[in-house]
Amino acid sequence: MTLKDQTAIVGVGSTPYYKRGQSVPETELSMACTAILAALDDAGLTVKDLDGFAIYSSSCDPATVGSVLGVEEIRFAATLTSGGGGSAGSLGLAAAAITSGQSEVCVSLMTLQQAQRRLGGTQVGDSPPTSGGGSPYGAGGIPPTMAFQAHTGLLSPGHSFSLLTQRHMHLYGTKREHLAKIAISQRKNAITRPTSIRKEPLTMDEYFNSRIISDPLCLLDYTMESDGAIAVITTSAARAKDLKQKPIYIMGSANGGMGRWGSAIFTYFQMPDEYFASSGHRPVARRMYEMAGVGPKDVDVALLYDHFSPMVLMQLEDYGFCPIGEGGRFIDDGNIYFDGGSIPVNTHGGHLSEAYIIGMTHVREAVEQLRGVAVNQVKDAEIALVTGGPAGLPVSGTLLRR
Amino acid sequence: MSELKRGVYPPPLKDPHSNDTTQPFWDYTLQGKLAASKCNKCGTMLLPPQPRCFVCQNDKFTWVELPGTGTIYTYTVVRHPLRPGLDQVVPYAAGMIELDGTQGAGARIQANIINCDVEKIRIGDRVKVVFEKISDTYVVPRFEPA
Repeated sequence: MTLKDQTAIVGVGSTPYYKRGQSVPETELSMACTAILAALDDAGLTVKDLDGFAIYSSSCDPATVGSVLGVEEIRFAATLTSGGGGSAGSLGLAAAAITSGQSEVCVSLMTLQQAQRRLGGTQVGDSPPTSGGGSPYGAGGIPPTMAFQAHTGLLSPGHSFSLLTQRHMHLYGTKREHLAKIAISQRKNAITRPTSIRKEPLTMDEYFNSRIISDPLCLLDYTMESDGAIAVITTSAARAKDLKQKPIYIMGSANGGMGRWGSAIFTYFQMPDEYFASSGHRPVARRMYEMAGVGPKDVDVALLYDHFSPMVLMQLEDYGFCPIGEGGRFIDDGNIYFDGGSIPVNTHGGHLSEAYIIGMTHVREAVEQLRGVAVNQVKDAEIALVTGGPAGLPVSGTLLRR
Repeated sequence: MSELKRGVYPPPLKDPHSNDTTQPFWDYTLQGKLAASKCNKCGTMLLPPQPRCFVCQNDKFTWVELPGTGTIYTYTVVRHPLRPGLDQVVPYAAGMIELDGTQGAGARIQANIINCDVEKIRIGDRVKVVFEKISDTYVVPRFEPA
């Protein structure tokens, strides 16, 4: 037995999206509550129905949220480990909880306020980090492995992704123009959306005039920093039939990756040569498609985790939309565009241009596409791919259908 | 941090905060040598050292001195200063070096690449190790063109 088609997303709720720090005086807790209540309402359910938390990156403390909202009984509370790589996989975690009979109505969510804590900042401070607060980007105390990184000058996730990208360029001839086309395509998608934070048109000239942070990545290859919360409600396919919204079925979901991808980009870097210059998603993609019984050609819209533009390009390869190493040419041929592309990518603008709520904006967009109510609606979209990561393991992918 | 030099990244640590697994690496750098942990059973080289071999899961290792030369596997040039003071250091190059005398993956090292024209470095360039004494306990490896 697998998870295929046994559960469905029945509700989505969110707060507004804010630029970093501008959600104050809201808190991560207050925004989590707002998003959960909105998602339950969207489904036609109430707090009385909620009994599970299937989250990732320890996005909230179910004990606190459960007591604040007055959840009657929590029957399931689990998080996928590591960071944003678990966003899409948290839907699979919810499906596992429900199909195994542990929970009936599960919430997956992210709530994020970057007023005090910024996610891009490994070792950025003058003093070494002493507390990670549950963030995958920090650590408690000074671990003995720190001394092997402290002298390198590689300080942030952006620096790490620059190394993967440089290697991809070296092996396959990938160019900055390809990354520019991703940023421009996603900006174009964001412009039409009221929720987007970046809405100014973006040209190739502007891309090439923007500041290089670390070769080969410029400011416009980086995600923005945002605040906000998004919650998604999952329940059994049987129960979903009687609720307010058309069910969006979970066809397949996988999380994990190759063991020697490990903590990868942040502290490890000894990945075998054959998948160093990748998004780390290849094994996850294979298992996800196998469970769903479909392939990349069946996917109508792809919501690919895009904290850095090259990760979109590498996921196009790793999810089989084009051969390994062909991502640049695939983009050149216009395949990713909302308007007329063979596989429209990040129709909501993604982390690069809409907002960065660590992968959950992608889940929301997938659901809106399949309900047929997206702002940039892909005509007759039946199957959507949504992904999380890469970061350290697990990374994840989930296929949804209407 | 004493005087800042363009291209040379100043480490924020003054001590390796080592344990029994990692201290031998720093014992070698204190003598101006680069070394890796070699699995006694299958010969796999590990850097940083770990409690188990990822090939055969053995937990016994011998430290082996390396030639200190290698090839740039990938790199970046950091141009935006991420913390105060680094405006005097950027642009600097940092990357992964595949070390001669190892099997590559599993014994690559991350390092600041110095004494080079950052606009000209490329993947595949040959480099060799140079050391800087940060404190009596912490001597760090960097690499420069060979």
